[in-house]
Amino acid sequence: MDRDGTVELVTQAREATAQRTPVRIVGGDTKRFYGRAVDGVPLVMRGHAGILRHDPAELVLTARGGTPLAEVEAQLASHGQRLPFEPPHFGPEATIGGTVASGLAGPARASAGPLRDFVLGARVLTGDGRVLRFGGEVMKNVAGYDVARLMAGSLGILGALLDVSLKVLPMSAGERTLALELDETHALDRLADLSRGALPLTAGSWVDGHLYLRFEGSDATLDAVEQRVGGEVVPEPRALWSSLREQTHPFFGGARPLWRCTVPPLAPPLALGSSPLIEWNGLQRWYRCAAGVTAFEAARTVGGHATLFRHGPGDVEVFAPLAAPLMRLHRALKHEFDPAGILNPGRMYADL
Amino acid sequence: MTPDPALVRDLRAALGPDHVLVSAEACAPFECDALNTQRHRPDVVALPRSAEQVMEVLRACRRHATPVVARGAGTGLSGGALPVAGGVLLVLSRLNRILELDPARRLARVEPGVTNLEISNVAAPQGLYYAPDPSSQVACTIGGNVAENSGGVHCLKHGLTVHNLLEVRVATIEGEWLVLGSSAGEAPGLPLLALLTGSEGMLGVVVEATVRLKPLPECVELVMAAFGDVRRCADAVGRLIASGIVPAGLEMMDAPAIRAAEAFAHCGYPTDAAALLLCELDGLHHDVQCDLQFVEALLSEGGATSLRVASDASERLRMWSGRKSAFPAVGRLAPDYFCMDGTIPRRHLADVLERIGEMSHAAGLPVANVFHAGDGNLHPLILFDAGRPGDVERAEHLGAEILELCVAVGGTVTGEHGVGVEKLGPMCAQFGAGEIEAFHGVKRAFDPDGLLNPGKAVPTLARCADYGAMRVHGGKLPFSHLPRF
Repeated sequence: MDRDGTVELVTQAREATAQRTPVRIVGGDTKRFYGRAVDGVPLVMRGHAGILRHDPAELVLTARGGTPLAEVEAQLASHGQRLPFEPPHFGPEATIGGTVASGLAGPARASAGPLRDFVLGARVLTGDGRVLRFGGEVMKNVAGYDVARLMAGSLGILGALLDVSLKVLPMSAGERTLALELDETHALDRLADLSRGALPLTAGSWVDGHLYLRFEGSDATLDAVEQRVGGEVVPEPRALWSSLREQTHPFFGGARPLWRCTVPPLAPPLALGSSPLIEWNGLQRWYRCAAGVTAFEAARTVGGHATLFRHGPGDVEVFAPLAAPLMRLHRALKHEFDPAGILNPGRMYADL
Repeated sequence: MTPDPALVRDLRAALGPDHVLVSAEACAPFECDALNTQRHRPDVVALPRSAEQVMEVLRACRRHATPVVARGAGTGLSGGALPVAGGVLLVLSRLNRILELDPARRLARVEPGVTNLEISNVAAPQGLYYAPDPSSQVACTIGGNVAENSGGVHCLKHGLTVHNLLEVRVATIEGEWLVLGSSAGEAPGLPLLALLTGSEGMLGVVVEATVRLKPLPECVELVMAAFGDVRRCADAVGRLIASGIVPAGLEMMDAPAIRAAEAFAHCGYPTDAAALLLCELDGLHHDVQCDLQFVEALLSEGGATSLRVASDASERLRMWSGRKSAFPAVGRLAPDYFCMDGTIPRRHLADVLERIGEMSHAAGLPVANVFHAGDGNLHPLILFDAGRPGDVERAEHLGAEILELCVAVGGTVTGEHGVGVEKLGPMCAQFGAGEIEAFHGVKRAFDPDGLLNPGKAVPTLARCADYGAMRVHGGKLPFSHLPRF
């Protein structure tokens, strides 16, 4: 599918602003659960799709927002490259625009960095139908404010992503996953030790009393790592990491509220009444909490923050509250990009 | 201009009389940053020693509706810290304490006046370092690095400032504190830390930064390859990146830069080469050795006329010394130089270098090239003599032409030095009126009265209209005798 839908999308945005009609931006609709519920006319991005440029020697890929994430990853894989932040799909229809707007990253996040680190440029459709191009397709660019990076995780409240340019990286020579039987406290200590060292740890997760460590590099390096770290080699590591990335692991099943806590290195176990699933070398911790329990305070106490990721009761704040000056700034920025407040209203915070 | 006495009184009350400068002699050293062709002596220089005092300065400026420009070490190359008429210069160099070094969490919390290199020096005994390494790292400050999103020779693999920054505490011109980002690596809401990074002191004043530290690599190797022509060298850069290797640094120099650096630093560069490539690899011992073999073979096949691998750390540092001192080395070739900073897609490297050579010839001004080839970040150094009538204008004009060429091939007018006052014109070549207006919108959200570093980084639409009108006459600037700001 290769189609430029800019003209139709601009028309829809202008009309929505003129009539003050709320709009819900929809890519593959795979992450509708994320953030607060939005009641609005769908602004469908799937008709605006296609990879525009990918020159492997540039380490950059540019695609229209509605391009399926799977298509982007297949294109990169055919040249031995990948999106280093390992974004979750949460369904076959996931788009690259939705990926950037949700700002989510998978198991490799702790070693590769967050999604926003890889955003180089974006063409943005504002609420009032302006089409603006920020950043570009080069590695270093400080001309003008970095509005392209501002779109990472912005949940569509500032604009719809018409095109995005992302930095990509080569795949590694090989990978090996080791499993160690450890309780939560010892697993966190081990993860902290390993992430301070120079071993090529690209994912570290703990669930059900097992610590899983993924290393990447040449065979000789992986052999040396295995000697040093110990544990059992996991025979089907891709299935394991995919089940964490896509949340198909049994931990994520059922309908209890799912909380995501991101915490600083060395944060102690959080007392939330349930055993977590730990990712990102200890920096991201998932909890299935009883209804009515909120993790905001527990995460804040250790210097992190919590998100009610899935299965919330609806009509509550799902992101940690912002300090008043920060919230005012969010409102002021929203007003500049979406003066009528029609884009994904309330998706991030109730009054944004 | 005489400063507003009420403002000076307020500043003296907040900082103490010795920390507010108003006399012409005391203020003179602050009249420019490293873009020394533009100077303006500040009316008032404020030298706070704490975050609270920074806030007092901003509140006083707001009360008196006075513009305020933040400055670190003044090493910026684009005039971002050039004082503005009737304004206060807020010098942050006395906020120079390392507040926390936490090797277990691999982070450092520092005040904005701490120098870039000092963080790495303090972290080194713990086996850690701060990755971004702009060539001014001995002097430049972290506050300035955040304002410019500074890079360096290792950012292809290890990232820019924005990739190594966890959290900042910011004083706004509205008199409020903001904490952006988090030592957890993520914060709720919009990613404002990324927006603030590289915003050239237009959105807020950083009073504290928490940066990520990296473990020192187990193994480092540096290869130096000489080429008989620039095109082969540029093509080798493209092939190297496409091969799947991510070098820690990949730097290129052309003949004038090689010769100047060798004469200056005696670093063992082959002075008969047309182009020189420095490729640094870092990581685990075995992986680096494998990559090294691969890179040597690739460069040989790519037509390198000589290859040398640094035999030890001291030779490696010597080989780097030429590259790191290339700006002052080239600076000895002429009384003055402008350092350009465009970034282009790497596939255009050879063509753009060739075209810059033609432009240089046409302008009658020599250009030396020394740059971050791995990032496609060019630094053409335009040599001129400000004492020779017309030279400054010709050099500025050549610089603008080079930056427009960068934009024409899909690049940007500034990769890491910032827009400041220097590239306000070329910004109009890169962005349309819609984007320029949106940038002003971002500025309004943080600074509704436009008091923070006014007139920098983002041109007015009126200026862009003038720039467009000026550029249409076959590249000849009309009214070149009139001053332009």
